[in-house]
Amino acid sequence: MRNDLQIIADWIQQGSKVLDLGCGDGTLLEYLKREKSVSGYGIEIAPEAILGCTQRGVNVIKKDIDQGMSDFREQSFDYVVMSQSLQTMRNTDRALLDMLRIGKEGIISFPNMGYIRGRLQFALKGHMPVTKSLTHTWYETPNIHLCTIKDFENLCKELGIEILERIVVDSEHESRLGMKWFPNLLGKVALYRVRKL
Amino acid sequence: MPHTSAHSVGLVKPQVFHCAEPLALSCGKTLDQYTLMFESYGELNADASNAILICHALSGNHHAAGYHREGEKYPGWWDNAIGPGKPIDTDKFFVICCNNIGGCNGSTGPVSTNPDTGNVYGADFPLVTVRDWVNSQRQLMHHLGIQAWAAVTGGSLGGMQALQWSIDYPDELQHCICIASAPNLTAQNIAFNEVARQAITSDPDFCGGHYLLEGKRPASGLRLARMLGHITYLSDDAMGEKFGRKLQRDKIHYDYGSEFQVESYLRYQGDKFVDAFDANTYLLMTKALDYFDPASECDGGLSKALQATKAKYLVMSFTTDWRFQPNRSEEIVSALLDADKDVSYVEVESKSGHDAFLLDIPHYMDVFKAYLQRVEV
Repeated sequence: MRNDLQIIADWIQQGSKVLDLGCGDGTLLEYLKREKSVSGYGIEIAPEAILGCTQRGVNVIKKDIDQGMSDFREQSFDYVVMSQSLQTMRNTDRALLDMLRIGKEGIISFPNMGYIRGRLQFALKGHMPVTKSLTHTWYETPNIHLCTIKDFENLCKELGIEILERIVVDSEHESRLGMKWFPNLLGKVALYRVRKL
Repeated sequence: MPHTSAHSVGLVKPQVFHCAEPLALSCGKTLDQYTLMFESYGELNADASNAILICHALSGNHHAAGYHREGEKYPGWWDNAIGPGKPIDTDKFFVICCNNIGGCNGSTGPVSTNPDTGNVYGADFPLVTVRDWVNSQRQLMHHLGIQAWAAVTGGSLGGMQALQWSIDYPDELQHCICIASAPNLTAQNIAFNEVARQAITSDPDFCGGHYLLEGKRPASGLRLARMLGHITYLSDDAMGEKFGRKLQRDKIHYDYGSEFQVESYLRYQGDKFVDAFDANTYLLMTKALDYFDPASECDGGLSKALQATKAKYLVMSFTTDWRFQPNRSEEIVSALLDADKDVSYVEVESKSGHDAFLLDIPHYMDVFKAYLQRVEV
């Protein structure tokens, strides 16, 4: 399993109920079900990913998260996870609030636009950054709402979202010392555990 | 030879189950005894844990897969999904499909003899509901030595039966696979059914439903009903692609013959149906569709109705199905989520309208197969 998924899995308590938004092929939920007796559902829109979930025996619901999540009752999940999908949301702020409406806690990961290589590409070469964690060129990217660690934390403040934990990692999803001192400059991927105040 | 293909169940023979136990129907009447025509594919395993029940839709019957004769042109109605290596894999599962009560393919129905009168039932055959069908299917299940189904599945009206099974007998099925279905019919859907029924009952040869006694058949009414139905099973796109405005003859003739190919197609479909189907059965099946509404029996709606279920669910819909739209399937999914049930939901991209559930659509078949492969027997 990818290292960032492992970090997320480590945050999740045994036997809890999880909703995984943009769950991909269901790797995380399959792991959580097997290792932590977690129950829950994945939400996906891509047919190959839905098939992958079915092969793994993971409950998957075909749904466009951007259409809202009114199907789910308030606080009906212990965790709502959104791994590497926040930046693809049309309504990022609404999606965040919706997550924390249906889940007691939210777990979010996203590529940090503040990462130094991206900054340098933009400043020195004058083009939109393309890095290991942001592989698309500007015109074909699904990542329409990219942000930096600072941006995200400002938004949390504005929306009354409390940050319970943060881990910043590199593209191998390892956390190194420098990232603790200068997360917004040296971190490639940021992971957060949050709740609504 | 299609029946000798490695993925075909091959030549199959319908079987007969006579049930001597009375069946109390939702309408208040009782069938003292009845017959179910059914087919089976694959082998029942030692602990009878690998049985799947297939429920048919409006005009379906027990012949779900394989061929009755060598050289037969068409296989059973769900041959795309049933067979060795197919989604409902007969190498793994023992598959049962019966003609429902009220049908016209060998099970007790309007064309059977009424033991009280010695005449054909005709209009005197009682109206039956999805629940009645489930109860009769359960008798067949016991007759076959099966205590619980590995899965119950079907499309459209068949999906409704699968859903009803999960509600009425929660301990007797592991999985409920509900395809291109709905928790009840919309007003528009009931309206289509009513027009179909009016077409039949207003046919002068309908004779109040006792046409067989009179040596007649309401052929033109049944034909119209089927033509109307057929339009609603296809999507605008599918019809456009298949026929467009293509002419049936070399040029426009300015008469009431079939000018366009779509007219000729519908006439052909209507004619073919009339030869094979009974009008009273059509009336009765449409009524069963209209009556289905498990939520109405339960204060608190569908999620309450599904609260006591124990099955795992797979719900599937098709993008261009406007008779049983994806949002109707999503209502079922929503209720299951609300009730905290295991459920997966797949909306399959397809141009083929409601008929898609019968077709060999790769993503649909792949998900169906992957799901059933994980079913433990």
